[in-house]
Amino acid sequence: MKHKFKNLSREDKIFYSVTYVLMTIFFIVVLYPCIYVLSASFSSGDAVQAGRVVLFPVDFSLDGYRTVFSYGQVWVGFRNSLFYTIMGTAINIIMTVAAAYCLSRNDLPGRDAIMLIYTFTMFFSGGIITSYILIKKLHILNTVWCILIPGAINVYNMIICKTFFQNSIPGDLLDASQIDGCSDIQYLIRIVLPLAKSAIAVQVLYYVVSHWNSYFSPMIYLTNQDLYPLTIFLKSILVQSQIDPSTIMDPELQDKITRIAGVMKYALIVVSTIPVLIIYPFIQKYFVKGVMIGSVKG
Amino acid sequence: MIKKELKKAERKRLLKRVGNRWQLYLLLLLPILYIVIFSYVPMGGLVIAFKDYNFKDGIFGSPWAGLENFKKFMTSYKFSTVMINTLTVSLYGLLVAFPFPIIFALGLNAMRGTGYKKIIQSVTYMPHFISTVVMVGILFQVLNNRTGLWGTLYSMITGGIAPNILGNAEAFRHTYVWSGVWQNTGYDAIIYIAALASVDQSLYEAAEIDGASRFQRIIHIDLPSILPTASILLILSAGSIMNVGFEKVFLMQNNLNIKYSEVISTYVYKIGLASGTNDFSLSTAIDMFNSVINFTLLMITNWLSKKLSGNGIF
Repeated sequence: MKHKFKNLSREDKIFYSVTYVLMTIFFIVVLYPCIYVLSASFSSGDAVQAGRVVLFPVDFSLDGYRTVFSYGQVWVGFRNSLFYTIMGTAINIIMTVAAAYCLSRNDLPGRDAIMLIYTFTMFFSGGIITSYILIKKLHILNTVWCILIPGAINVYNMIICKTFFQNSIPGDLLDASQIDGCSDIQYLIRIVLPLAKSAIAVQVLYYVVSHWNSYFSPMIYLTNQDLYPLTIFLKSILVQSQIDPSTIMDPELQDKITRIAGVMKYALIVVSTIPVLIIYPFIQKYFVKGVMIGSVKG
Repeated sequence: MIKKELKKAERKRLLKRVGNRWQLYLLLLLPILYIVIFSYVPMGGLVIAFKDYNFKDGIFGSPWAGLENFKKFMTSYKFSTVMINTLTVSLYGLLVAFPFPIIFALGLNAMRGTGYKKIIQSVTYMPHFISTVVMVGILFQVLNNRTGLWGTLYSMITGGIAPNILGNAEAFRHTYVWSGVWQNTGYDAIIYIAALASVDQSLYEAAEIDGASRFQRIIHIDLPSILPTASILLILSAGSIMNVGFEKVFLMQNNLNIKYSEVISTYVYKIGLASGTNDFSLSTAIDMFNSVINFTLLMITNWLSKKLSGNGIF
């Protein structure tokens, strides 16, 4: 029942006006800094340094991006982050789906006990020191494994996935396929996975984002610079402002580094954030289906 | 005799049921191994909180220290600062960050038409995907009082030089909390938006016929329908009141604001891993103290919520 605006009661007119104004203000508050960062990254070093950028790029220039791409550490970090993200997510998906599938089957003896083992870890943990000792004892400190393996299953994600399997895949399918002699693993591969594309797409999104943005584990577990993900380099550049001119491969940019440090940071913010923003639209259409069924009914 | 036979038959049946599902157990092998090794083994390692841990003797060989480590933390001069900072930052954060997504979702749901609504929604959830490191980087750039957006706008409007927010210790908690609102409101609202989308449309129609205004419909239909979701999320956040996210605080910390920004998690990290002394036992004791309080708070809020609204997580 939608009415034309002018036909609404006075009270409703006020209500809608206030709502629209408030929503628009919030929208601008969120959007404006994003546009500002983007514009600053395309401005000249001097314009950024003098604080002349307000909304649009001033003295359009690609110096920021040229510096970022000729900065050695950025490449090392990008390569490593890409590796951790792809490998890590593959491990996550296999482990999470395996656990979620088994725990979604109510004909699994001992299911509740196993579930309890998982849920308890959501509320209580051993903490960082004991995990550190464990990683050290396993001799995987300072290797790629200490980034890939801890966190292989995020219990919260696993429960979302399990709930999706339980609620969106009709139980009759299981009975029918069992009569036809389908084994449990065949059922997972042939029936469950094709029907759970949206849930898995969302899992991929969650895990990809968390790997790409991960900072804590690499910081405490890695000391070898060659294994550092992008976030560790980002910390020294963006947060501590430690820019090492000697790692810039372009001599022309090296000379004016003090002038373009600011614009380089903006460009780096854009470059390091774009990869996760790019995958979102691809997965967005599954988002509501995959997450909501899992969480709302959970 | 008959009982024995029955029991035997029952056990046989169970074994058969387990045997039939052997493929599922095979699939579960790695996930269970994983959770035991990476979650439960460290929990067992918590005994070092009651020991005087040293690398040479390891977890089992190190001498017992009883509650020494807990006493040491509670009597140290840092104790009150760290506790107060942790509670202020997290309660302040909870108080501000909890209502925002609800209000935002209600507002968005009340908007007519779909185009503008969709744009607002897709733009506002984007910042959630920005990593903490980049987020702090953006904060430092944008809030710079000379070259950043803050400084530029301030001098454009007033003509003067903006006050230095980043160098102001007391501003730390505000920057921390409000940047969180900026980053997460849109994303956190998704769950409420979904709950609102599933509200039975006939309720609205009935309310309209009865002459309810749009605002009354929010109060009497929308709000009650997201209450269960809201209370569950509130329980979960109550269970992590002492867990101020390590990353953001740690990255925003500097010598100027340390007085207000040292929280339990950063303190644990410093004592255990960053300082030269590496006091593993003390650090673990503090961490454990923290987890126990969290767990207790979770239990209390869950119990309360169940009593009051019938919604709980267990």
